[in-house]
Parts: sequence; structure tokens; C-alpha cells
Amino acid sequence: MSTLRLDRVSRWFGNVVAVNDVSMTIGPGVTGLLGPNGAGKSTLIALMSGFLAPSTGTVDLDGEPLWRNEQVYRSVGLVPEREALFEYLTGRQFVVANAELHGLADPGAAAAASIALVEMSDAQDRTIATYSKGMRQRIKMASSLVHDPTVLLLDEPFNGMDPRQRIHLMELLRTMGAEGRTVLFSSHILEEVEQVARQIEVVVAGRHAASGDFGAIRRLMTDRPNRFVLRTDDDRSMASALLAHPSVRGARLRDEGGVEVEASDFGRFSEALPRLARDNRVRLLEVTPTDESLESVFAYLVSA
Amino acid sequence: MSAPLSRTVVRLAVRSVFGRRRGILLFALPLVLVGLAALVRVLVGQDSDAAQDTLNALGLAVIVPLVALLATTGVLAPEIDDGSISYLLAKPISRHTIVLSKLVVAAACVLVFAAIPMLAAGLVLLTDVPGLGLGFALGAVTGGVAYCALFALLSVQTRHAVVIGLLYLLIWEGLLGGLLDGVRWLSVTRWAGAIAQEVAGGITLVPDLSTSYAVLATAVVIVAGIWLTGQRLRGFNLTGDE
Repeated sequence: MSTLRLDRVSRWFGNVVAVNDVSMTIGPGVTGLLGPNGAGKSTLIALMSGFLAPSTGTVDLDGEPLWRNEQVYRSVGLVPEREALFEYLTGRQFVVANAELHGLADPGAAAAASIALVEMSDAQDRTIATYSKGMRQRIKMASSLVHDPTVLLLDEPFNGMDPRQRIHLMELLRTMGAEGRTVLFSSHILEEVEQVARQIEVVVAGRHAASGDFGAIRRLMTDRPNRFVLRTDDDRSMASALLAHPSVRGARLRDEGGVEVEASDFGRFSEALPRLARDNRVRLLEVTPTDESLESVFAYLVSA
Repeated sequence: MSAPLSRTVVRLAVRSVFGRRRGILLFALPLVLVGLAALVRVLVGQDSDAAQDTLNALGLAVIVPLVALLATTGVLAPEIDDGSISYLLAKPISRHTIVLSKLVVAAACVLVFAAIPMLAAGLVLLTDVPGLGLGFALGAVTGGVAYCALFALLSVQTRHAVVIGLLYLLIWEGLLGGLLDGVRWLSVTRWAGAIAQEVAGGITLVPDLSTSYAVLATAVVIVAGIWLTGQRLRGFNLTGDE
């Protein structure tokens, strides 16, 4: 059982702040690191894997520093995002080399077991240059699991995987988490994260925006004010009917036509809208959420 | 405490040098040296001055540093460029072990593709004086390994190690080294020359440079280069540019 701890960590590159005063504790089980592209997820993973020094604050694994401490790699496995591998090796040669570098007693057996775990046994004797994106991802995974680490860090592991590979990797991560390993993976897709991770850490623009199980994160997202644009055959009647309803915080007639609505309770609003329209004899032509993009959800989380 | 060398890193480094197209250049350079030596021999016969000039100006000053540059950047630069060095670094082994293992491969390249061809070229040029080729071969080894250490440090400091390495050779060792006498105190090629002339005997490549200074300076560059490269790798940033 291992615990990664970040204490008031900031990291900047010149004038750019990539990680801003982040404190988090990553314990056993699967944790998802969720955030839009450029939020600082890769920087955080580099900090957690000893490949970057924090500008301020501390990062440690069970009390041991990660920076300039190669001994931590006995218990840490890292799956980097970059695809570059030793192209001229076969998959098996690559994983065996990783096992040897870890000083394992039987590198061949450890490599074979690890390759079987990621279902790459059939392609293990082809050179890596011939691998598809998904296969590269899996052979990287095999190389980082070969020494049976207690901590596994994966940077955007689902990128470039087809649905079947995705399901398989999710299953694998769940198993590793259930075995008591500390597994952390980054992603910019909420659905991906909540299918695997028990615990979710949200980062936006370098800040730790939210933390909790997926239920808590979902609630934060659904309980927020929702904005919609309605197109109707009688905007003014619709707007006044909406304003009278308690689930609505505001309604505004737009210059270009249509009603802009801000709902405070998404559940009740979605039930009330069709009823209000029918009761007031207004035809609803179109209902468009205006801020469903992930960025706006994150923006909300940050300001909350 | 891990061993000073890692067989796995050595094996991967060998494949890294010869698995790429520029590995072919390593075979071409010694052919150029021995070929030109043969041409000189045919044109001027066994001439001591011509032999010295060829081995010094072409061998020590051009072939040796180029072989060292190609071999060293071949084992380090591509992995740093594409980030795949993280697979070596995310392991519980000393960074100095990694550097030393990679440099052993680069040094072996210097031996095979620079020092031995120098010996061969020396024998082609002056068949009656085997000591000349031997002296230059030894100079090639010491100078070549020092260049390897220097270029290793360059490879971990900048992504443009090959270009900067070539500029350094051209401007400092070549141009300024020819114009300013004082450069000999800080010139790997001239230290190699001093060692070569001492071993060969009876020739003067670099006047006013003691052999002991040359040996000491070469050793300092080798040790410092390896040490600093390892230190730099201890603090390797995987995502320097997010």
C-alpha cells in the first residue's frame, strides 16, 4: 500500500504557471486525474513520477521524495503519454530490457507474464515500429508493470485506443486498483474517468478544482445553473411563464430571437419546461444547452 | 549500490548506434582515412612529412572527433529528443551507470572506427615505421574518448548537440586553434597530438605542450564530462515544455 502526497506544490516554467498550489493525496485504488487539455495534468504526473522538480512545495511517496531519488522506481511504474519507444526492438525485447533494468531475478518470465496481462503475446515478436497506437500503449503498459509496482501512473492511457482495447484497459486498471495498488491516470473525458476511477481529482488551469468520488463530481456538475436557448413561436409568453417557475433563475429575450434561460435546478427545470409550454399554448421549436462543453463545466467548478 | 555498467544499457546503445541510418557514416569515415592514406602513399611514396600531415590534419583533427560525435550523439541524443530515455531513467539504477554504459559503446566505436584505422593508415603511409601509426592510434583513443565525454555532456544540455558539436569543432578546434597558439591549452585535438608525438617519437605536432599536461587535461575532461552528464540526468525533466 502506497500513498502519493503533494503538499502545496507549484511549478512554473519561466512566466507560465503550469501547476498552482496543489495539495492532494493519492491512496490505494484507482484515481482519475480529470481536466481539459493544457490544465497541467502531464506536469502533475511528471512531478509525481520524479521527472520534474516542484518550484515550491513537496511531492513524496510514503515520505520518500521522488525528485532525484531513483530508488523510488522499485515501486513506481510510469506510462508516459509520448509514443516514442525503442522502435528497433521487438515488443518482447523491449519489455525484457525493462525487466533487466529493474534487476529482476527472471526477466524473461516477468516480461512474459506482463505481456500476457496486456494481451500482447501474439504480437510480442514483431518490432515496435510495426505497432498500432493501441498496441504501443499496451506494450508501454507491459513495460511499466513488469516489476509489479505498487504505484502505477498513466498519462492519457486511453488516447488512440479502440473501444475494445479501452474496455480491456479499464478492466485491467480496475483489477489493479482492487488489488490495493495506487493507480492514477489522467484524462480529459469525464465519462472515461467515472467508469474506472473511484476517486476523481479535477484540475483546471493548473489549480486543483475539485476532489471526490464520481457522485460528488457529478452533483457539482448537474446542480450548477444550466443555461439554455429556447426557440418558440411565442418567446414573450414563454419567458414570463418560465420566470414564474421556481426552478428558473432568469429568462431574457434575445435580440436575435429566442429566450435565454438560466435554470437553477436542472432536474426540475427539465420536467417543468414541456408542461409550462403546453399550459401556455407555446410551441417549443428548439431547446439548446449553451454551456454543455467540458470547458464551461470546468470553469464552473473552478469558480465554485 | 548498482554496478558501474549495465549490460542492458550497453546492448540497447549498440542497437541505437547501428539501428539508424547515420550508423553507416561510422563505416564511411575510416574508409575515407585509409583510402586517402593509400592515395598519398601512391602519389608521394613513403614520405615522413606527408604521413604526419595526413594523420594529424585528417585523422586526429577530423576523423576522430567526427566518429566520437556520431557515436556519442547516436547513443544519447535520439532518446533524449523523443523522450524514450524515460524508460531507462524510470529504473532504480544510478544515472552515472547509464552514462558510463552508453559511453563505453561510444568509446568502442572510437577504437574500432578511428584508432584502428589510424594504425592501418599509419602502416599504409610509412610501412617501415610502425611506431608512427601506433602513436597516432593512441592519440586517437585518448582524444576520441575525451570528445565522447564532451559530446555526452552537450547531448544532455541541448537538443542541438550535433550542430553545436560541429560548430565547436570547426570554429574552436579548427579555425581558432590554427590561428591562436594559446588554444592548445584548451584543445582536445592538440592534447591528442601531444600524446601521439610522445608515443611515436621523433615528430613534432604540437610544440610547447608537455605530454603530462596533455594526459592530465584529457583525463579531467573525461572524468568531468561523465560526472556532469550523470548529474544532469539525475535531474531530467520529462515535460520541459508544457
